[in-house]
Amino acid sequence: MTQPGHRGPMLDGNSMAGDLREIFAVDVTAARYMCAGCTHTDAVATLMVWHQSPGLVARCPNCDDVVIRVVRAPDRVYLDLRGSVRLEVPLEGS
Amino acid sequence: MARTAVSGRLIWRAATIAEARWESPTARTLVLDVPDWPGHLPGQHVDVRLTAEDGYSAQRSYSIASAWPEPGGKVELTVQRLDDGEVSPYLTDTVQAGDQIELRGPVGGWFVWREKSTAPVVLLGGGSGVVPLMAMVRARAIAGSKQPFRLIYSVRTPEDVLYADELRRRVRDDAGLDVHYVYTRKTPDNWPSAPKRIDVAAVNTYGWPPDFTPDCFVCGPTTFVETAADILVALGHDPRRIRTERFGGTS
Repeated sequence: MTQPGHRGPMLDGNSMAGDLREIFAVDVTAARYMCAGCTHTDAVATLMVWHQSPGLVARCPNCDDVVIRVVRAPDRVYLDLRGSVRLEVPLEGS
Repeated sequence: MARTAVSGRLIWRAATIAEARWESPTARTLVLDVPDWPGHLPGQHVDVRLTAEDGYSAQRSYSIASAWPEPGGKVELTVQRLDDGEVSPYLTDTVQAGDQIELRGPVGGWFVWREKSTAPVVLLGGGSGVVPLMAMVRARAIAGSKQPFRLIYSVRTPEDVLYADELRRRVRDDAGLDVHYVYTRKTPDNWPSAPKRIDVAAVNTYGWPPDFTPDCFVCGPTTFVETAADILVALGHDPRRIRTERFGGTS
């Protein structure tokens, strides 16, 4: 699903699962985001994602605003969540 | 199982190719030995990383085709070759038993089917989008689940069908499983309709009615996923019960 290194076709938030699980202890693709632009809410897995090295850009399918950016540097990851009002994370066993 | 599939920090592991088999002229299943595999849910995927001698590395995601637990403890990926791809031709044509690849996972906790779910299930697969849906069909059989499954599988030609023999056998042996094929370029001989894309009639006839409140899983190329999901919504299915996974031409 992922196409790092060049402009690939649009993917979805499912394809961010591995990169996000490097940072978080839970699966964030199953979490619900609320878009800061339009207040649309849905699973992170439904975001429209472009993999353009070195970063991931995830946009709201309702309004196209950027909801999440993940940028990799050699020794760290920058996570930009300003497009998301909140993340609602289901806990295991629920 | 769900717990082991989602907890703990994610690490890259070395997986060894135990066996490889062709599913179609352009798709191959890699059977992997992965030390300390924690188990997975059907629908999850793994990231695969290849690194060249000069340090250049490429990473792709592949859906897991097998269910868990698997008697031999193996994990299977089915890879569709894209001729202009950077990674898939290596995995379909070059890699062989005994070779190692780097892998991390399982990942993805949204596009998954859970055996405790009691709803009937509609699976809509386009091309190699059938792979994670096959994991669900296999998991249903392993769990002995009674939830009725209907798979609508859109594929270019009869030769491109993945898991053809197994699906034929499962339709016969797995009570409550139905499979319908939509051929987009070439049909088998004596097929009742000309080649066509998935449409309202096919989903209406071979899926479950919205009154049954089925869980719907749609996987394939972006255009297929958007068309199929739109059809489900137009037929009255609750969007909250429709889960989608797009792959934009994995290379």
